[in-house]
Amino acid sequence: MHSLGGKVAARRAPMAPPRSFIWTRRIVLTVLTIFALLPLYVMVSSSLKPLQDVTGTFRWIPSPITFSSYIQMWQTVPLAQYFVNSLIVCTCAAALSVLVATFAAYAVSRYRFRGRRVFTLVVLSTQMFPGILFLLPLFLIFVSIGNATGITLLGSRTGLIITYLTFSLPFSIWLLVGYFDSIPRGLDEAAWVDGCGPLRALFRVVIPAAIPGIITVAIYAFMTAWGEVLFASVMTNDTTRTLAVGLRDYSTQNDVYWNQIMAASIVVSIPVVVGFLLMQRFLVTGLTAGSVK
Amino acid sequence: MAPASTPTPAPVHPARTRARAGGGGHRATARRRGPGRLRRIGLPYLLLLPALLFELLVHLVPMVVGVLISFKALTQLYLTQWVHAPWAGLGNYRIVVDFNGAIGQALLHSFVVTCAFTAIAVSLSWLFGCAAAILAQDSFRGRGLLRAIFLTPYALPAYTSVITWAFMFQYNNGLINYVLHNELGITSSPTFWLLGDNSFIALVTVSVWRNWPFAFLVVMAGLQSIPRELYEAAAIDGAGVRQQIRLITMPSLRPVNQVLVLVLFLWTFNDFTTPYVLFGNGAPPPADVISMHIYDASFLTWNFGEGSAMSVLLLLFLLVVSGGYLLFTSRRRNA
Amino acid sequence: MPRPSPIAMFAIAAALAATVAGCSSSTSASTSTSTSTAAGSTITYWASDQGSSIADDHTVLNPELAKFTKQTGIKVKLEVIGWPDLLNRITAATASGQGPDVVNIGNTWSASLQATGALLPWSSQNFSAIGGESKFVSSAVGSTGAAGKPPAAVPLYSVAYALYYNKALFQQAGIAGPPVTWADLIADGKKLTHGSVYGLALEAGSIPENIHNAFIFAQQHGCSFFSPSGAPTYTLPGCVQGVQQFVNLMGTDKIVSPGDAEYDQNQSVSDFASGKAAMLMWQAAGANLKAHGMSTSQYGVAPVPVQSGVPGQGTSVDSMVAGINMAIFKDTHNLAAAEKFVQFMTSPAEQTILSKEYGSIPPVSAAQQNAAFATPELTVLKNVLATSAVAMPQVAGESQFEQLVGTAVKNLFADAVSGPVSAQTVEQQLSSAQQQMTG
Repeated sequence: MHSLGGKVAARRAPMAPPRSFIWTRRIVLTVLTIFALLPLYVMVSSSLKPLQDVTGTFRWIPSPITFSSYIQMWQTVPLAQYFVNSLIVCTCAAALSVLVATFAAYAVSRYRFRGRRVFTLVVLSTQMFPGILFLLPLFLIFVSIGNATGITLLGSRTGLIITYLTFSLPFSIWLLVGYFDSIPRGLDEAAWVDGCGPLRALFRVVIPAAIPGIITVAIYAFMTAWGEVLFASVMTNDTTRTLAVGLRDYSTQNDVYWNQIMAASIVVSIPVVVGFLLMQRFLVTGLTAGSVK
Repeated sequence: MAPASTPTPAPVHPARTRARAGGGGHRATARRRGPGRLRRIGLPYLLLLPALLFELLVHLVPMVVGVLISFKALTQLYLTQWVHAPWAGLGNYRIVVDFNGAIGQALLHSFVVTCAFTAIAVSLSWLFGCAAAILAQDSFRGRGLLRAIFLTPYALPAYTSVITWAFMFQYNNGLINYVLHNELGITSSPTFWLLGDNSFIALVTVSVWRNWPFAFLVVMAGLQSIPRELYEAAAIDGAGVRQQIRLITMPSLRPVNQVLVLVLFLWTFNDFTTPYVLFGNGAPPPADVISMHIYDASFLTWNFGEGSAMSVLLLLFLLVVSGGYLLFTSRRRNA
Repeated sequence: MPRPSPIAMFAIAAALAATVAGCSSSTSASTSTSTSTAAGSTITYWASDQGSSIADDHTVLNPELAKFTKQTGIKVKLEVIGWPDLLNRITAATASGQGPDVVNIGNTWSASLQATGALLPWSSQNFSAIGGESKFVSSAVGSTGAAGKPPAAVPLYSVAYALYYNKALFQQAGIAGPPVTWADLIADGKKLTHGSVYGLALEAGSIPENIHNAFIFAQQHGCSFFSPSGAPTYTLPGCVQGVQQFVNLMGTDKIVSPGDAEYDQNQSVSDFASGKAAMLMWQAAGANLKAHGMSTSQYGVAPVPVQSGVPGQGTSVDSMVAGINMAIFKDTHNLAAAEKFVQFMTSPAEQTILSKEYGSIPPVSAAQQNAAFATPELTVLKNVLATSAVAMPQVAGESQFEQLVGTAVKNLFADAVSGPVSAQTVEQQLSSAQQQMTG
């Protein structure tokens, strides 16, 4: 009745909606737009104000408009280094999350094996775990691993990558299972007829057909890692600090550099906002493919 | 069609098929060629192995350790040798559920606050999301832009958007007080939003602002699977817009809504980042949600045994609620 | 022939391993090298954020560390950690056994950290390795751990609270000099409070500031929050009265702006610097005020007021012994190098340099004589430290105490914005805090 991954061609109903509906729509959507935009406006306008304006009485329009915070923010705090750290950690976490989730989702989708249901339930239930419960234990485990094997997980990006990729695994697996389920097994079969093993079928046939889902999962994993604060604050040190923790340094002993915080916030948000807006339609498809039962 | 030699006792169960076009039609006919039966049996487990290993390492084993810690008296005295910390049996649990004692009372208060917070925030998020998705269903000029605007708050990292709200909620120079007091004159004097009773409202506002786009997205997805013909038929029958929504849209959305509400509930109940960035250390009592409370009770007062006990209780509560919810909704569906 | 490739299996495993390896960082700053000789080794040092920003601390410390390396051949790996994260990092290091060799700690944390057993006790043997306990000012050593046990850390920087007042505003209001008693201060404050200017700025949303001030007020009423045996006594009348007097500076006397109840990022200092408040109680605010553009001629420094009479000991104390201590982790692999570093940092020469940069007082007697510490502000602080300062409770539960009572006072200020706070309310909050003390 509708196509995978596409929007239903939006046609107007044969009868035009009544005026009351149109007005309700206008009012509600306008209110929601203002609600959504207000903090965004504050972020942008505050980043353009000099420090004394932004800590003084609030004004709607910045005057004078100055871009100095965009320049100073790189020096007040080693923002570039934090940026690099975050990029490395999040990209690797996203890539690995996709890889691991793809394999797992393929197994769950294509095979019926003992423990399949248990696995799914366990993975879903990890969504309920309060992070604070396993923060210290995770820390202690990383230390033990470090002592036993010599692989340093604490304070290194590896530890954070492992943590973040696991945080996004449940949702990623769930989403990809939905995607894979909607790819007809006939495709797999055709590949087998051609002489591929199931793994090659995975790579040759299934993954290409599920690219939207994979991109979605990658961006979702990236976003989750990009925004995480608690674990980053405990598991990083000077050299590996990520943006989430680093932005706190704008609040120094003397001043809270609000304008720089806002400028840095905007710059830091651009990758994830752009990525999310690009992939949100795939997220929609993935949700329809998977969740509606 | 699924590899017949995999360890399945039965062919693919129909209920497992996701209801999509073209799903797994040809099943039983393919015959496996080639050797490697053992490998085939092992393959799904092997594919799962990485995911399982990571989950064990990061989620499950730490969880078990956390549960173990809840049975120990782990304070700063034993922090260096936490394995040797004395066993407290159920002692920690007794303390945290003793509602006559200060700790239990504080926990109960925090629990009530969190329930109220979650109920209100989830309801509002869902309401806004549903309303916006339904109203934005038809295409009109600027719809794409509107959707981008609506979704941006969800995409922003928490520590940027919540800090902006903290900036806006400031007593002295925040935008909220400026608008309410200076411009609109609604309040006679500036109000506190980060302290006192209003801190609850501030927390709900920020949570709804961040989460309703997700509801919007999900409901939008769900709406796409409702056939237009249903609406057209209803319109021809004389049903107004409101009736169409009530009789067609909402029932069709029920499966989507059920999952959505559960997910929103779990995220909101467990949300640590929002109150942490909004209030810093030491949340004001009216907005002392349980995640912050446990953090204060364990990391800031060095009492990890009690903090773990509280976390375990929280987890049990969420498991019970989620389990009950899923049972209830699946029963309704099958009924 | 479709062979479900073992090759594919290995490929998966290899791909995973390679990605993990490629994504991993080779930095690991938390462990020190295990060599038995000091020279040529590297030690790790976690410094606290003492300067105007973390970058500033690097600027100040790096030349000194280079000096140390030149003198001894020992390299120092420096990490500057902000206050929001320092205690968490130390906690994690304590629990895991993996931490730095040398660390700065807030001196009020000494007893709590001492109780974890993670810090090296400073026996007379260890002290002699750095020049002996006697080189330190005795009041500073009083804040290094529980009585009767060897100190858990050595003093590094000393500060105390003082009252800063805006000379111009005082002149305008016709006030001759700084207040000596609280009654004076309240009277002066009322004269100074008009329009949007308030008499006194308080960092009423900050847990550390609240606990320090509450402690002093309680001391002035004869209560020290803990009994001699170390049991919490938060609800004694002296403590209740002290806290009540403190929060009612806003609630009843109204010389503090209600907006201050939200302050916990040093906004009160900004307010004082910009003339929105005429008085400020702060630890060594000079450097901060300078950064805000306030010159030393614009403000005066006096001891914090007392209930009656002049500052002294007993109920006439007017500041807690504030400061930073330096500790060595017991698990350090390189004790000799770490001790050499502590000796370097507590040498009179370095103490003079560092305290000059940070605007603090060196707790090393030999360095205190330096002319740099004879400015009006530092003279007052030195005097306070020597005559009218008292150490915070040196008990194992000190961290808990700070957190619980500090939060209680913060909540009381949230009540004070709307009016006077009753003794009953204060007692309720303190009682609840006391009951939450464990271990």
